[in-house]
Amino acid sequence: MATYIMQRVFQMIPVMVLATIISFSIIFLLPGDPALLILGDQLASDRALYEAKRAELGLDRPLPIQYLDWLGKTARGDLGTSTRDRQPVTQGMRERLPVTMQLAAFSLVLALVIALPAGIISALKPNSKWDIASSLVAFGGIALPNFWFGILLIYLFAVVLKWLPPSGFVPFNEDPIQNLQRMIMPSITLGLGLSAVLMRQTRSSLLEVLHQDYMTTARAKGLSGKAVVLGHALKNALIPVVTVLGLQVGLLIGGSVITESIFSIPGIGRWAVDSITNRDFPVVQAVSLVMALGVLFANLLADIAYAYIDPRIHYR
Amino acid sequence: MATTTLREPAVVNVRQPRRASFEVARRVFRMRLAPLAIGILGTFILMSIFANVIQRYDPITDQSYSEANEGPSAAHWLGTDYLGRDMWSRLVHGSRISLFVGLISVTVGLVFGVSIGVTAGFVGGKLDAFLMRITESIWTFPALMLALAITSALGRGVINSMIAIGIVGIPYFARLARASTLSARELDYVLAARTLGSSTLRILVSHILPNIAAPLIVQASLGLGTAIITEASLSFLGVGVQAPTPSWGLELRTGYQYMELNPAVAIFPGLAIFLTVLAFNFLGDALRSALDPRLARRGGD
Repeated sequence: MATYIMQRVFQMIPVMVLATIISFSIIFLLPGDPALLILGDQLASDRALYEAKRAELGLDRPLPIQYLDWLGKTARGDLGTSTRDRQPVTQGMRERLPVTMQLAAFSLVLALVIALPAGIISALKPNSKWDIASSLVAFGGIALPNFWFGILLIYLFAVVLKWLPPSGFVPFNEDPIQNLQRMIMPSITLGLGLSAVLMRQTRSSLLEVLHQDYMTTARAKGLSGKAVVLGHALKNALIPVVTVLGLQVGLLIGGSVITESIFSIPGIGRWAVDSITNRDFPVVQAVSLVMALGVLFANLLADIAYAYIDPRIHYR
Repeated sequence: MATTTLREPAVVNVRQPRRASFEVARRVFRMRLAPLAIGILGTFILMSIFANVIQRYDPITDQSYSEANEGPSAAHWLGTDYLGRDMWSRLVHGSRISLFVGLISVTVGLVFGVSIGVTAGFVGGKLDAFLMRITESIWTFPALMLALAITSALGRGVINSMIAIGIVGIPYFARLARASTLSARELDYVLAARTLGSSTLRILVSHILPNIAAPLIVQASLGLGTAIITEASLSFLGVGVQAPTPSWGLELRTGYQYMELNPAVAIFPGLAIFLTVLAFNFLGDALRSALDPRLARRGGD
């Protein structure tokens, strides 16, 4: 197993290096000169000051040197300084990343709690009323734009029923109740699409497994339906579900961009939108890198879980 | 008699492509939800073509502050927005943007993605590894984040949104095209064409592309839905379509701000996006089943 994990980590390295190059290159993708942006319109006309700022930021050096310097600092935890609020990006990341992680974790748990039982029941009773209804809900969940769904939730639960606060965020350690109240709607908004995808995957892979010969053998041995499903079928059916789950983490992180914007949650998703629109280069670089590494890490975890569930994989 | 026997295969060969596409169309129509999807999409397509005819007011210039944020009525079927503009007319014109952006961006993703994927799959070796590592690394960035960054780089607006969404779609088509090419290039008739000395371009265009078209058509249909959502998301975040041009995402952005006064302005644009994406997903699913006889036999599961 350890060899398999090491192999996967080594395979990840080239993609990780390319991801850092793309994150670094974003600074050249966004319009405008960072030195001009920092100095502002008034000071930008002073040529000496402008050149000094470029030198201070290291923009006068060759690109590979700039990249290696940025990579070295990033590896040491120095993500630069925000051009907008002049705060260290690392500090901003420390404040915002846990917020997004809490949102993503809640959404993930919610998605699994809905998707697994619904998918299993659908597969055990294919073409039943439950199966048709849950398939339609899943199709709807996949097509539902999460920003529209979030808006509908706000209208229903905050404006009409006044059960929940419409937006905002309170840290868990300050007030756990307020924190959970404000996390309910964003988690449902972000988790619904994922639960729909997972439900469809659970249903189709379990249906596939239930028709395998070893299922017939298990039933022929006299095992109960529950034992057949839980003991034999589910573990095998979960393999593609875990893979899809790993791939969908990107959707979850990307979805946080818009969900956090609707619900005014101070996570890295909203930070990304604000920094892109304000051309805050160091923040854009840092957020995009963290998001890309998050996706890569999730895929690695999925691969490890995949090998754990199906021992044949790491013996190959 | 002998002449007839010889002629028959020739006739079958000529008519086969038409029959195959007719068969696929027939299978699509027989899927439970496909006719509904085609009906929804047909309605939106007709709506976008005849927007100038079915609009009840000018979507941009006909403003009336005294009628701002009104609910649905006989005068304004879907109500009015914060400037008193007719929501029906704005949604009808918004369908043009959404469908057009979807179509162009999927075409961009398809053309570049397939070119990269087919080249990687057919040539193989170091070029394949290099191209695939690049697409994998682009894939690690969440699509919306990447589309946001590209749109900001190119500048706000419809055209740049289309390019950004197209670029984001490239890795999906590239990976799919590569995987299909890898299996197609080992087929007997492709090997035969190689042995006969056909040029690489001819093999790719005449033998590989027609063979890998099915999964790409399915992905294009599903990708249209994703592209429409991404465009709406960009407009909702303020970097896509710019006011006063009507767009579903933009309507939702302003509707969200005035939701307490008039919920209709936040409901109808979202409903239009939802129905269009749902229809593309149903169509993609039906196409997948229709193009894969094994799935068709199992009832499209």
